[in-house]
Amino acid sequence: MSFQTGFLNLTWGSVLMILIGCTLLYLGIKHKFEPLLLVPIGFGVLLVNLPLGGLMETIVEGKVVESYIIGGEPAGLISRVFYYGLMWEIIPCFIFLGLGALTDFGPLIANPKTLILGAAAQFGVYFVFFAALLLGFDIKEACSIGIIGGADGPTTIYLTSLMAPHLIGVTAVAAYTYMACVPLIQPPVIKLCTTKKERAIYMKPQLRPVSKTEKILFPIVGTIIIILLVPKSAPLIGMFMFGNLIRESGVTERLADTAANAFMNILTILVGISVGCFMSADNFLNIKSLEVFGLGVIAFATATAGGVLVAKFMNLFLKEKINPMIGAAGVSAVPMSARVVQRMGQKANPRNFLLMHAMGPNVAGVIGTAAAAGLFLGMIH
Amino acid sequence: MAQENVEFPITGKITSVNVKKGDAVNEGDVLCFIESMKMENPILAPVNGKVVKIDISAGQVVEVGQLVATIEY
Repeated sequence: MSFQTGFLNLTWGSVLMILIGCTLLYLGIKHKFEPLLLVPIGFGVLLVNLPLGGLMETIVEGKVVESYIIGGEPAGLISRVFYYGLMWEIIPCFIFLGLGALTDFGPLIANPKTLILGAAAQFGVYFVFFAALLLGFDIKEACSIGIIGGADGPTTIYLTSLMAPHLIGVTAVAAYTYMACVPLIQPPVIKLCTTKKERAIYMKPQLRPVSKTEKILFPIVGTIIIILLVPKSAPLIGMFMFGNLIRESGVTERLADTAANAFMNILTILVGISVGCFMSADNFLNIKSLEVFGLGVIAFATATAGGVLVAKFMNLFLKEKINPMIGAAGVSAVPMSARVVQRMGQKANPRNFLLMHAMGPNVAGVIGTAAAAGLFLGMIH
Repeated sequence: MAQENVEFPITGKITSVNVKKGDAVNEGDVLCFIESMKMENPILAPVNGKVVKIDISAGQVVEVGQLVATIEY
């Protein structure tokens, strides 16, 4: 046994991955692209690609392997977190608890029609699911790639860990990167699908006031209905609604505060660093990763278009027209996509203030994506 | 001369007021910024005209429907 430095074990792949890690750090720190995720992920990528560190060691048939091998027994610091946290599907579901505690369903309850828009924007998920199948991905991989279009990081990680764990690094990074890019991806798609006149449609700012009772009943009734309809969505929807109930109940403020802040931050650190550490050169540098990134952006774009077009369709029947742009907020990315709609709405008509109107489809989109994941699981897993 | 009252479309806290009484404004100019849902949102002038009444200040918490400014055009 001799003392080894890492230099001789550097490969072109690991050098390239170290550069990718540093690029993610740069985007997160300098340009504030989803910094809470890209900084931990970027640092994880950097760490794991420095040779011989052993953070992601797994034991396969009695031998210690440097990078994470699916099916192996975890033996490194982060491979254990990755295995017990992500592969056991614990962390993404508890992130949903935190999201629930952060979510105000008020705008959705005030205007339940927007639930349809949250469902419509899942069109991108199914569109890309079929596109991925045509490109030769197997059916479980196609589910994991399609779900990127839901614009929901934890759901993507959850579904991928169950369906196609070897893709978890790339689908997670694609989902989070594109969420950060929502302000770039959505506006051209929205413009393509609407006329200037439609974008200027005025919506009254005031939503109906929502009572406390309604806000408490929503997560309870919602849980019962959704889980009866799509049983496999129970881990995500259950945690999401539970988080929301402790927020709205008015008697569990301490729990809601922890779920939305401290607990959520701990999970974000763990998920970020372990997804980053999964991205070693041999797990990430292949043509499939590029295809996943390509399909991911198509998923986002078609999801946006789906939401907008269904909103236009709804307008055929509605007496009080809705601004079709709020359909674009049906991709979950809360609150980035609602904000995009708000900004574009104000630009088209300075009287318009669509933020609260867009929050309805936006939170409905979170439910929609979790339900779409449950549907995939129920049918295929 | 017609007048239009601009009202707050959302509840929140005013972070800055960008015009004062007597200012001429164009459609789309920022009247003030309001922080709501952890975001800074601009409130825009709906028409070209002159601010004839504005009675808000930074730091103030406002409700939906409260007056931002009256614009004469």
